[in-house]
Amino acid sequence: MSASQQVLTEEEVVKCLSRLYNILPRAYVDEIIGKVRGRRLTREQVEKLMLLAVTAYYRTIVDPGEAIGIVTAQSIGEPSTQMVLRSFHYAGLREFSMALGLPRMIEIVDARRKPSRPMMTVYLQGEYAKDGEKALEVAKRIQLVTIENVAKSVDIDYISGTIVIELDPDQLRYWNLTLSDVRKALDRIRGKGAEVKLEGYNIVVTLHEIDPVKLRRVRDKILQTRLAGIKNVKKALAKKEGDEWIIRTEGTNLEAVLTVEGVDHRRTISNDIHEVAEVLGIEAARTVIMRELKRVLDEQGLAVDVRHIMLVADIMTWSGKVKQVGRHGVAGEKESPLARAAFEVTVRNLVEAALRGEVERFRSVIESVIAGKYVPVGTGMVELMMEL
Amino acid sequence: MSSRSSRSKSKSSKKEKLLLSKIAEHELVPRAEIVPKDEAKRILKQMNAAPWQIPWIRASDPLVRIIGAKPGDVIRIIRDSPTAGKVIVYRIVVPG
Repeated sequence: MSASQQVLTEEEVVKCLSRLYNILPRAYVDEIIGKVRGRRLTREQVEKLMLLAVTAYYRTIVDPGEAIGIVTAQSIGEPSTQMVLRSFHYAGLREFSMALGLPRMIEIVDARRKPSRPMMTVYLQGEYAKDGEKALEVAKRIQLVTIENVAKSVDIDYISGTIVIELDPDQLRYWNLTLSDVRKALDRIRGKGAEVKLEGYNIVVTLHEIDPVKLRRVRDKILQTRLAGIKNVKKALAKKEGDEWIIRTEGTNLEAVLTVEGVDHRRTISNDIHEVAEVLGIEAARTVIMRELKRVLDEQGLAVDVRHIMLVADIMTWSGKVKQVGRHGVAGEKESPLARAAFEVTVRNLVEAALRGEVERFRSVIESVIAGKYVPVGTGMVELMMEL
Repeated sequence: MSSRSSRSKSKSSKKEKLLLSKIAEHELVPRAEIVPKDEAKRILKQMNAAPWQIPWIRASDPLVRIIGAKPGDVIRIIRDSPTAGKVIVYRIVVPG
C-alpha cells in the first residue's frame, strides 16, 4: 500500500485542510472540516477534496468587471415591487406599532435623520433578564416620566391667572417618586414671570400678568417637565421573548440606556441608524442597516441574497458617515458631472459643474454611454495595446 | 445629538470612559487594531489602491477612539460576516 493510500488520522486531515484557511473564507473551511469528521479518508482523497473545494469556490466568485451595483439594484428593486404597497403595516405588539414594508425600506436607504418609529430593544443582564418584576423595575427607570404622567387633574383659572395641577399619589408611588423629587424638578424650571409652589399634592402656578396664551404655554411647559427616566424614551415595556425578559421602547436614546443598571450593554440596540453610527460607530451602523433591510424583506417573505444587502450597507457607510443612496448621498456626490446630470435636474447640474470647472474623466458607465464610449464593465474593463 | 455628546465629554471624562468601555463590549462593535505603517503600505500595494481608495472611518468614531488610532492610520477590522464567518477589512482613519 502506497503512502497516499493510507487512511489519515482525524488530526492529520484537519491539519491538511487548515491550509485552506488562507484561500477560502473561514465559514466554508469550518463547514468542510465539520463534514469530514468521522470519515476515514486517505491522503489522496483529502488532496482531491481540497482541489474540488477550491475550484468550486473560484467558480462561484464574481468575475472582475461584473456590474455588481446593477445586479444589486435589480435584485433588491424587483422584490420590493412585490411588497404590500404602501400599506403602513402595523404589527400589533401590545401597545406598539412599527413601520414595516416599503416605507421602512425607503427610510433605511434614504438614511432619514429620525425613523418614523424610533425604538430600542433593550436586553437585560443576569437576574433582570430572568425575573419579570426586575425587568419591569428597569423599564420604569428607563421610561420618561413627566409631570403630565403623574397628574390627576389640571385646572386653569383664567381670571386670577393661576394653574393648579393635582398630582396623583398612586401614580407617584408607581414610579417610585416622592414629593421632594417633584419639588427638585420644579426648581430646575423656575423661570421669570411666574411663581411655582408645591402645596401638598397640588402644584400651584401663579402668573404675574394674566395672559391666556401665556398661561397655556406655561401649563404645557410644566406638564412636560421631566421627573425621572431617560429623555426621548416615550414608552418602555417589559416583555418576555423566548426565555428572557427584554424591554422594548418607543423613542430612542441609546447612549443613556447603555449605562443604566441592569441593561445588557452588549446587545441593546436601536433602530435609528444615525444614532447607532454616533454611539457605536460606523461598523455597527453597517450591521444595523443590513439587519434592518433583511428584516423588512424577510417579513414580506422575499428572498434576497445577503450579499446584495451587504453591498448597499457597504456603500452607505463607505465614507465613515451614513450616507443615503439618493440625491444627497451616493448618487448626488458622484465625481462625474455627466453622471450627476443624468441622474437629476440635468441643466442645473451641468451649469454648476461648469461654474466649478469640473473635469469629466469618463471613468464610469453613464458618462461613457453619453459620450458613446465603451463602458468600463465586463470585457470593457480591459484595454489592449498592440505592439506594431 | 452631537452637541449633547460633546458636552458630556467635557463635563466628565470618567463617564465618557465608562461609556466607551461599554461600547467596546457591544456585539455590533467589531474587534479592531492599528496596522503598523510599513505593513499598511504593503497591504495597500497588494490591493493596488491609494490610501484614500479604501473605506474611511472618522477619527471621532467610537471604534477609533477605543483603539486610539490617529488620522492617517490604517486599521484592521475583524468583522463577523453572514457568508464568510469572519472577514478582515481595512479602513483608513480620516479627520472628522
